[in-house]
Amino acid sequence: MSSIIRVGASTCGLAAGADQVITAISRQIERRQLNAQIQRTGCLGACHREPLVEVLVDGVSVLYGPITPERVPLVLDQHFGTGERGFQSDWIVSRRRDKSDYPFLARQVKVTTQLCGIINPHSLDDYLANGGYQALRQALKYTPEEIIQLIKASNLRGRGGAGFPTGMKWEITRRAQGAPKYIICNADEGDPGAFMDRTMIEGDPHRLLEGMLIGAYAMGATKGYLYVRAEYPLAVKMLREAIAAATAYGVVGKNILGSGMNFEFFIKEGAGAFVCGEETALMHSIEGYRGMPTMRPPYPSEHGLWGLPTNINNVETFASVPSIILNGPTWFASIGTAQSGGTKTFALTGAIKKSGLVEAPIGMPLRELIFEIGGGAKSGREFKAVQLGGPSGGCLPAALLDTRIDYQDLKATGAIMGSGGMVTVDDTTCMVDFARYFLAFTQDESCGKCVPCRVGTRKLLNLLTKITRGRATERDVEHMESLCETVRLGSLCGLGQTAPNPILTTLKYFKDEYMAHVLDHHCPAGVCAMDGGEPFELLASAKISTRAEELA
Amino acid sequence: MSDVTLTIDGQLTIVPQGATILQAARRLDKQIPTVCYHPHFTPPSLCRVCVVEVENARVLAPACSRIVENGMRVQTDSARVQRARKGLLEMLDSAVDLSDAPEIQAYANAYGAEPARYGAQIKRRAFPLFDDNPFYIRDYTKCIMCWRCVQACGEDAQYTFAIHRAGRGFDAHIATFENVPLPESTCVYCGNCVQACPSGALKPRREYWLEHGLDLKELARVSQLERREKSGDAK
Repeated sequence: MSSIIRVGASTCGLAAGADQVITAISRQIERRQLNAQIQRTGCLGACHREPLVEVLVDGVSVLYGPITPERVPLVLDQHFGTGERGFQSDWIVSRRRDKSDYPFLARQVKVTTQLCGIINPHSLDDYLANGGYQALRQALKYTPEEIIQLIKASNLRGRGGAGFPTGMKWEITRRAQGAPKYIICNADEGDPGAFMDRTMIEGDPHRLLEGMLIGAYAMGATKGYLYVRAEYPLAVKMLREAIAAATAYGVVGKNILGSGMNFEFFIKEGAGAFVCGEETALMHSIEGYRGMPTMRPPYPSEHGLWGLPTNINNVETFASVPSIILNGPTWFASIGTAQSGGTKTFALTGAIKKSGLVEAPIGMPLRELIFEIGGGAKSGREFKAVQLGGPSGGCLPAALLDTRIDYQDLKATGAIMGSGGMVTVDDTTCMVDFARYFLAFTQDESCGKCVPCRVGTRKLLNLLTKITRGRATERDVEHMESLCETVRLGSLCGLGQTAPNPILTTLKYFKDEYMAHVLDHHCPAGVCAMDGGEPFELLASAKISTRAEELA
Repeated sequence: MSDVTLTIDGQLTIVPQGATILQAARRLDKQIPTVCYHPHFTPPSLCRVCVVEVENARVLAPACSRIVENGMRVQTDSARVQRARKGLLEMLDSAVDLSDAPEIQAYANAYGAEPARYGAQIKRRAFPLFDDNPFYIRDYTKCIMCWRCVQACGEDAQYTFAIHRAGRGFDAHIATFENVPLPESTCVYCGNCVQACPSGALKPRREYWLEHGLDLKELARVSQLERREKSGDAK
């Protein structure tokens, strides 16, 4: 029997050197005349051990990482040779097929990423061999209304961050008048430190297409857009391949699987604006306009793309759908909490031992995810806080680690579930400087349409800069708080409405750090220079340049 | 079309379906301040000065574009609304030269805006003066980014599309495409944008220079010289 050697070759694996490892393995296979096949897979999620190599021989699986081209011969010797020359046992990540001996992987519950790192994402056959498009076949036997009832019963909520019940959203779109109806997958993942959508698309693109097809059937949509950021070239390529393969197979196009349903996919690459993750801005971008949000209501479900009923869901939301159809809504709901079913993926990064993509059941306490899966802060340091939901989210201190990961529970703390970014920091990070980083991001990414976001976020950044340079007074802090309220309540879209969250939560949980900067002119973490610095208002000057000047 | 019943500041009112909160409030003689709103243009809902509180809504809603719904309960002047308006006007005042916008200044005074909270030497957005055509000047230092000019130039009136929105965040501004001088743009000098500008950023050229102490003869001479230079027979 032929052996299989899997190499994780998603963007993360490639960045760690997976291509060189694959070359080294194929050279070894040739030289040793091995009966082995190399399989380029997606990412298993254990990014901290990349490049990952899994060797499957006679039903035995061993996962190694990190593997360099130099280590390849030694690893292959473990299976196809005799020598022990210099092999180190700590290269072994797991010796079991189900990875139950590696806590990072064993504690996870994988639904949407169940095939990532297992199958070859370039191969439709691999997906079909693992139950691919069975959910679609099953779904076509139900009526659209029955599918919506199933999704409602599963307690699936929108994974983009806001957590709107998916079944309800689908029902509104189904009932809305107008044709054709559109369905959009929002894969414009822009939060710093977030890579859930990328990993899912690169590891298992057909699951997303299948979820969208089921959604399209339930809502009566005939056209689907995949809005993917252009910074994900591999994901875009994978989707193009997958759409072509699925069309040839007969699950995309006209009269899908003989059901009479028609559906076609379009890929739209985002040009790098964070605000285009906001649904109305995203739709304007697809329509060819400048990506800027407009007022809701009217909501896209009734008045969306080109004024027609449009459903927008996140990658993970769609990717959850096939499993709900196959395993039933009760199974899915039972994984999560009473209010929301299923799992949520998180991009665990920052000052953490084991970074990577984690899929956990909704309701898992933060502590379990950060310490038992992620291994806690890097050695010698102390865990200080975790930022959930990127620049729109909030920052939670160690004291709140027993909070369950659920929409309501997180909202009660001032943070949000968000799309899944989870950035951890240790005691070397200054929380004021940390908040300042996020405000620098949002004020830069603001589209500049409404006043509170355009001016307010810049003013907030200026005030934070003033604090980190030791020039602020208590009045400035009070002023900052009231400014936060105006920006939150007054902004036009979600970007501005959530922009103050990093400040509000750090102020709530780390007020002493702010006060140390203001009253004692001292940065407890030793990060801020506190030297007064350049006049901070310099930041406020506007720049204007012509295209010719930019090119010069 | 059926009518909609809602409550504004405790007063029950019935308005036609499709009306905005602003229209409904004006029928009751309620004064809601507006800045970017222009009755003839699609409300861009971006100045946020007209925000009101809709009961059970997460955030404040702009009265100019929010359509009324049955049973809606609206507060047009609650403490939250007043704080927000004050904050918004402060932001505008601290970022833009409002010297030619008496209406906005009056609002700022009425709501007690204190732009000085942003520090003694506030740096406003500074742009070069665009005096590149015989008809009007563009002084974007006074631009509050209300978009009325873009709407007048585009789909709400003229369909010329000579100017558009450029830049992002605090640096967002109005510009011609690629920032070319106006005579090289598609501008037809209809004047609709100048008419619509609420803050004196767009002004007839003659008016601008007269305000700046140039007399009419001088102004005419300058224009002739400029024109000759442009056509290449300066001598």
